[in-house]
Amino acid sequence: MTEQSPNGNGRALLEVKDLKKYFRVGREALKAVDGISVEIKKGETLGLVGESGCGKTTVGRVLVRLYEPSGGEIFYNGDDITKVKGQDTKRLHRKMQMIFQDPQASLNPRMVIGDSIAEGIDIHGLARDKRERLERVHELLETVGLNKEHANRYPHEFSGGQRQRIGVARALAVDPEFIVADEPVSALDVSIQAQVINLMRRLQEERSLTYLFISHDLSVVKYISDRIGVMYLGQLVEMADSDELYENPLHPYTRALLSAVPVPDPDYETERERTVLQGDLPSPVNPPSGCRFRTRCPQAVEAAAHVEPEWREIKPGHWIQACPCFA
Amino acid sequence: MAAAMNGDNNLQVKDLQISFTTYAGEVQAVRGVSFDLRRGETLAIVGESGSGKTVTAKSLMRLLPEANTLIKGGEAIFEGQDLLKLSEQRMQKIRGSKIAMVFQDPMTSLDPTMRVGKQIAESLKKHLGLSGQRAKERAVELLTLVGIPNPEDRVKQYPHQFSGGMRQRVVIAIALACDPQILIADEPTTALDVTIQAQILELLRELQEQLGMSVILITHDLGVVAHTAHRVAVMYAGKVVETGTLREIFYNPQMPYTWGLLASIPLPTADRSQELIPIPGSPPDMLDPPKGCPFTARCPYSMRICADEMPEYTTFSREHKAACWLHHPMAPNVEPPVRVGGAR
Amino acid sequence: METRRPELTPDLFEQIEAGLQDSERIVGPPIGFWRDSWTRLKKNRGALVGLVVIVAVIVVAYAGPLLSPYTPFGQDLARRFSVPSSQFWFGTDEFGRDMWNRVWIGTQVSLYIGFLAAFLDLVVGVVYGAISGLFGGRVDDVMQRGIEILNGVPYLVVAILAMLVLSPGIITITIAIGLTSWTYMARIVRGRMLQLKEQEFALASRSLGANRARLLTKHLIPNSLGPMVVNLMFTIPLAIFSEAFLSFIGLGIQPPDTSLGALINEGYKELRFHSYLLWFPTAVFSLLMLSFNLLADGLRDALDPKMRK
Repeated sequence: MTEQSPNGNGRALLEVKDLKKYFRVGREALKAVDGISVEIKKGETLGLVGESGCGKTTVGRVLVRLYEPSGGEIFYNGDDITKVKGQDTKRLHRKMQMIFQDPQASLNPRMVIGDSIAEGIDIHGLARDKRERLERVHELLETVGLNKEHANRYPHEFSGGQRQRIGVARALAVDPEFIVADEPVSALDVSIQAQVINLMRRLQEERSLTYLFISHDLSVVKYISDRIGVMYLGQLVEMADSDELYENPLHPYTRALLSAVPVPDPDYETERERTVLQGDLPSPVNPPSGCRFRTRCPQAVEAAAHVEPEWREIKPGHWIQACPCFA
Repeated sequence: MAAAMNGDNNLQVKDLQISFTTYAGEVQAVRGVSFDLRRGETLAIVGESGSGKTVTAKSLMRLLPEANTLIKGGEAIFEGQDLLKLSEQRMQKIRGSKIAMVFQDPMTSLDPTMRVGKQIAESLKKHLGLSGQRAKERAVELLTLVGIPNPEDRVKQYPHQFSGGMRQRVVIAIALACDPQILIADEPTTALDVTIQAQILELLRELQEQLGMSVILITHDLGVVAHTAHRVAVMYAGKVVETGTLREIFYNPQMPYTWGLLASIPLPTADRSQELIPIPGSPPDMLDPPKGCPFTARCPYSMRICADEMPEYTTFSREHKAACWLHHPMAPNVEPPVRVGGAR
Repeated sequence: METRRPELTPDLFEQIEAGLQDSERIVGPPIGFWRDSWTRLKKNRGALVGLVVIVAVIVVAYAGPLLSPYTPFGQDLARRFSVPSSQFWFGTDEFGRDMWNRVWIGTQVSLYIGFLAAFLDLVVGVVYGAISGLFGGRVDDVMQRGIEILNGVPYLVVAILAMLVLSPGIITITIAIGLTSWTYMARIVRGRMLQLKEQEFALASRSLGANRARLLTKHLIPNSLGPMVVNLMFTIPLAIFSEAFLSFIGLGIQPPDTSLGALINEGYKELRFHSYLLWFPTAVFSLLMLSFNLLADGLRDALDPKMRK
């Protein structure tokens, strides 16, 4: 796959080439991620959107080494990390961290949150003694807007928004450069979502963090991301700067997705044009041949079933999976 | 859309009060909720977790667990009767035939061991006395109505053979089987993908126009509200804090919680450099709800009186009411945050 | 619904700083898992009674014999079949042996069996299940087949075989139990491992760089303690019952050693004329079984996180 040209404001921190991740389901392979190539620049927030089964969560987990890739290559700061093991993996864990979706399940219910936050510190030996460890935990708690006294409490004593902030503190404890945020606000109330999003933005500025922001909520993604990639059935179908993607969506799936999101603005809703997709999402175990979107695409042509679409940079910085309909 | 609002009332809820007894004490989930539902309109009840919206909806259908639910007061008048005081026998005649409900999770709303056609026919049999061939024909009609292709084949299938969106359509078909006057939809699209959500919302809108039923839509998603509702009631901590028409709530909200909700949502049309304005803190604990206005602790405009006394409703127009001390003549003038009102 | 309107003075409408720090504060002491479970357990009368009875039985089982001047094995044929009296509190058996002593010595043996089974559950069952569940894949497949083979052989057959090969007695029973009783615990722990290792907090730990050992000891096992403890509490009466059954049919403890099961067997033979020989061991046995089951039931409810609030 061809490399993307950098936008000019930063070198690539993470580069992924033709990444694949297949899961064995009985006899068949579930092609969760099937050939993704993307570059994430230092200091940017790349948003990754898509619906269920598109593979975005899997991408995040492969990057953080929770899963081993089935194919393709991953480069971090120029180094090939596709096949790291052992101590090298541990080093990577300090650089790349993850924030999880479910505030209920992402904290060990039997551990006080001070210990949960300090886990990274313990594993990598980042504090010399108990006092330093406690100091760091307090610092982190205050960074995310909680009190020092909270360190001795159990997760169930906190609200969803607070728990997500604890998750952020835990990820920050090892001083990472790159954070994968996997649906970090989807399970929160709307008014609380804004708290966590603002926190993440502030931290990014203060600590020069790079984010991969995975979500199905397009409004949130558009707000926080510099660039957005749209996934469908394990592949990227379009990628561009946030504003560009919203103003000029080219791929029919992107168009349909944007059109489907209800906007909290009644006049806008009444006046807008909508493309409502028909049919259901095909199964990732047996995706349609050729262009995977053809079964629901309003513009599908016969040739779409036989030709593998190409990932092309159609305008500077605007990539698209070009199917025959685009000729 | 405007015509619907001039109809008469289908349902009148007055001062509903519901608590749950738990081993930790009494949880006051709903504390004096009143609203009307007009014929042919969609009323959206909006609120976040803990606001009491789902409890309100379930109480209208009397679906709350008897063992620890206390209906402490209020009435829900439908066709001249108070739904809260009817016997279980009479409620069963109303549920599914005159008032129907659609729940959030299509995975668990259907019986996995029963064919879909049979589940639809259950309602037909019980309330309309249809049986056998006639019931089956009607089931197929209903599946067609909700947009399921090949209904003659699909009526014999089991729920697991349907996708999430299709299952929700089946659930809607069951709800509509006996031509109900009122449909209560509790977060009907929250568990679905965005493109499927769009399909279901379109379907609900078409059906409402076709069948002329009234819909109570419970949701936390203001986008969904903007798309489908005629009138809106905003709930917080067990109370209705503001009601009004769709445009009134979105373009001229009069209560700081509503401002907060609108200001904290990223609009795709908005400027990315502007920070979102979250509502700090968390909703209050319903075991020990605050004495005065429940939003006081998180409200940037709170005054001394807010903590002590519940504000009364101020009426702004025929439909528009809000409960906030800021509208009292003695209160200072405040401007809502810039992002709110006339957002376009 | 009109409440009396207070006097509305202008000062009430001054703006104040809302007490936001308060809304982040958490009142009360930290509620740990065990403390919370204990509170819930205390509310369950049956479980509390069970616990008290178990403790009482254990205490008496060891202290009881010391209170009596007699021994469990001393025969006095002149006193055979004495009815319970102030001299022989539980009466004597066909050899004139003091039943008070014998019943409590028998209880000691039964308790030993029960706790042995529990110990093996912990040491073998938990470790086996944890490794099987955590590693998954091939390792899991092989280990599960192993369990299935062990389970395929009925406990009774193992006991009889052991009896034939080795001399019957307490060692034999120990081996029979040792080979079979831990498999259920292994299955339970394995199930929990499979469930927990995909939960987000386990994933978070792995993404922080935790190795398997850390994952197991700090995250997975502590979150499995609930089902483990409950299972242990059910294992004990089950083991006691199994041994009692074996002894009842003559395959277990051989005289002059005794256990509750053996005593019940002997007492059963004399039911017609000397029924007291049956009632005392049966009473103790039933008390033990009932109490452990009540406690286990109560623990299961108390430790189940879904039943909070």
